[in-house]
Amino acid sequence: MVSTSEPVGIAGAAVTDVAHYAIALGDDALIASQRLTEWITLAPQLEEDVALGNIALDLLGQARLLFQYAGSLLDPPVGEDDLAYFRDERAFRNVSLVERPNGDFAVTMARLLVFSAYQLELYSRLVQSTDSTLAAIAAKAVKEVAYHRDHARQWVLRLGDGTAESHARMQTALDAEWPWTAELFEAGWLAPELVAGGLAVDPAALAQPALAWVRAVVAEATLAEPEVRPAVSFGRVGRHTEEMGRLLAELQHLARSHPGATW
Amino acid sequence: MGYPRVVSTFDDLIAANERVEPRDEMPDAYRATLVRQIAQHAHSEIIGMQPEGNWLTRAPSLRRKAILLAKVQDEAGHGLYLYAAAETLGVSRDELLDALHAGKQKYSSIFNYPTLTWADIGAIGWLVDGAAIVNQVPLCRCSYGPYARAMVRVCKEESFHQRQGFELLHTLSHGTEAQHAMAQDAVDRWWWPSLMMFGPPDDASTHTGQSMAWGIKRFSNDTLRQRFVDMTVPQAEALGLTLPDPELRWNEERSSWDFGEIDFTELFEVVKGNGPCNAQRLAHRVRAHEEGAWVREAASAYAEKRAAREVA
Repeated sequence: MVSTSEPVGIAGAAVTDVAHYAIALGDDALIASQRLTEWITLAPQLEEDVALGNIALDLLGQARLLFQYAGSLLDPPVGEDDLAYFRDERAFRNVSLVERPNGDFAVTMARLLVFSAYQLELYSRLVQSTDSTLAAIAAKAVKEVAYHRDHARQWVLRLGDGTAESHARMQTALDAEWPWTAELFEAGWLAPELVAGGLAVDPAALAQPALAWVRAVVAEATLAEPEVRPAVSFGRVGRHTEEMGRLLAELQHLARSHPGATW
Repeated sequence: MGYPRVVSTFDDLIAANERVEPRDEMPDAYRATLVRQIAQHAHSEIIGMQPEGNWLTRAPSLRRKAILLAKVQDEAGHGLYLYAAAETLGVSRDELLDALHAGKQKYSSIFNYPTLTWADIGAIGWLVDGAAIVNQVPLCRCSYGPYARAMVRVCKEESFHQRQGFELLHTLSHGTEAQHAMAQDAVDRWWWPSLMMFGPPDDASTHTGQSMAWGIKRFSNDTLRQRFVDMTVPQAEALGLTLPDPELRWNEERSSWDFGEIDFTELFEVVKGNGPCNAQRLAHRVRAHEEGAWVREAASAYAEKRAAREVA
């Protein structure tokens, strides 16, 4: 990736810092969307094929806007597909949570519950960003993720407080995914100037409100909050799980087989 | 249309070209024919999600991925309102799905062919959705109200899909040499199966006569097939792609395109279950249904608990 150091209106913030921020948020959305897309035709009922498709489409839309913006900041500028299809694994900045392979439906809902709670807190603050493009993207996304969060909540309630089997599966899923949610709230990867200048949102500040909401849902669903240590996870700095390579191989192979082609 | 109606018996409604509505009396055989046809149509929508779903995770650009996701989602939606239309005839979606899973009801045989390359997504949109539209536009005037109304919406979305498929193939056809070859290969493979979507020739079609008398079907299989060929040949030229039929030529007298003989033995083999993907498509659907059983049970149990709490 080409780097420049021109300021973009925020003291001390380089163009590439803003681009990297947009790319990280876009990578979260793209990779989460890709995993949800794997569900299509396999959902527990037809209505859920529609709903998961909707959520995947919203996330894909967010990724595209974020990539288009990030790409425009680079020198020379690159397009959304350059960022999605022609970056190698180590250049992806998404949290490991969203790349983890699909399990049963409870696993997907556990992940969506925390991820959408995080995204809602993030985007509802990013609408105030000093960067007008990021603010506009956030204003669109916040409405979408409010629906995603509600959808996940409804299912976690149904599964947690449904049958003995669904309760056990939902608890198992929550226990397994919980350690990977901590990375959403880590701030070390982000250029501090972006937060200080009001361009980016401090991820650490989102933990309290997002997790308070999640805990209330978990309790209402008659589930127990997992008592587990955070996973050691480095997705935000481009060190991913082994599953990420396979996900990208599938996502990218066709585009890479025809370099320079338009579709 | 509208109430109060001048005529009300089934025969009078059909003769007056009015719509039969769910609470109207209707012959058992009319009801059974509609259930069979609407169920088959609904099943085709949801099984049809599979060959396209096969490329969702591999779509070569984010824009194409979004378009394909929206399309597959539309098909799930079509399935939903067609099952709802069937439910107005007194059968539940669960019963119909069970019949599909048990192999007692069919879906369109076209979906028993595999999608081998990305260009197949374009060929399905252009040819398969194109053929479906030719089949389905007359169904918007079908004698059974709920089916006819469902088809109005389905046809609008299908024509959008068909244009997207055409545009996808146009891009490939005018792209690199490899992309053009990919598009031509897909058209070569999908052309004949698309012609078979209109069913057997008129002299071998078992249901046509009665369905036409009842106003369920408005045109014969061969009439619709010819309409599709006449519509598609100029589009192929616009795409810069060749249709794989050396006998295709303009017939001045008929003002229509003559085309070669269709190998219906292949269609009958695929209908019988011996197509390339019959077993795979059904197994995939059954797997989704079975793996989702615990989720649906949980949803019912939760709803019952909620209802009980509200009463208490």
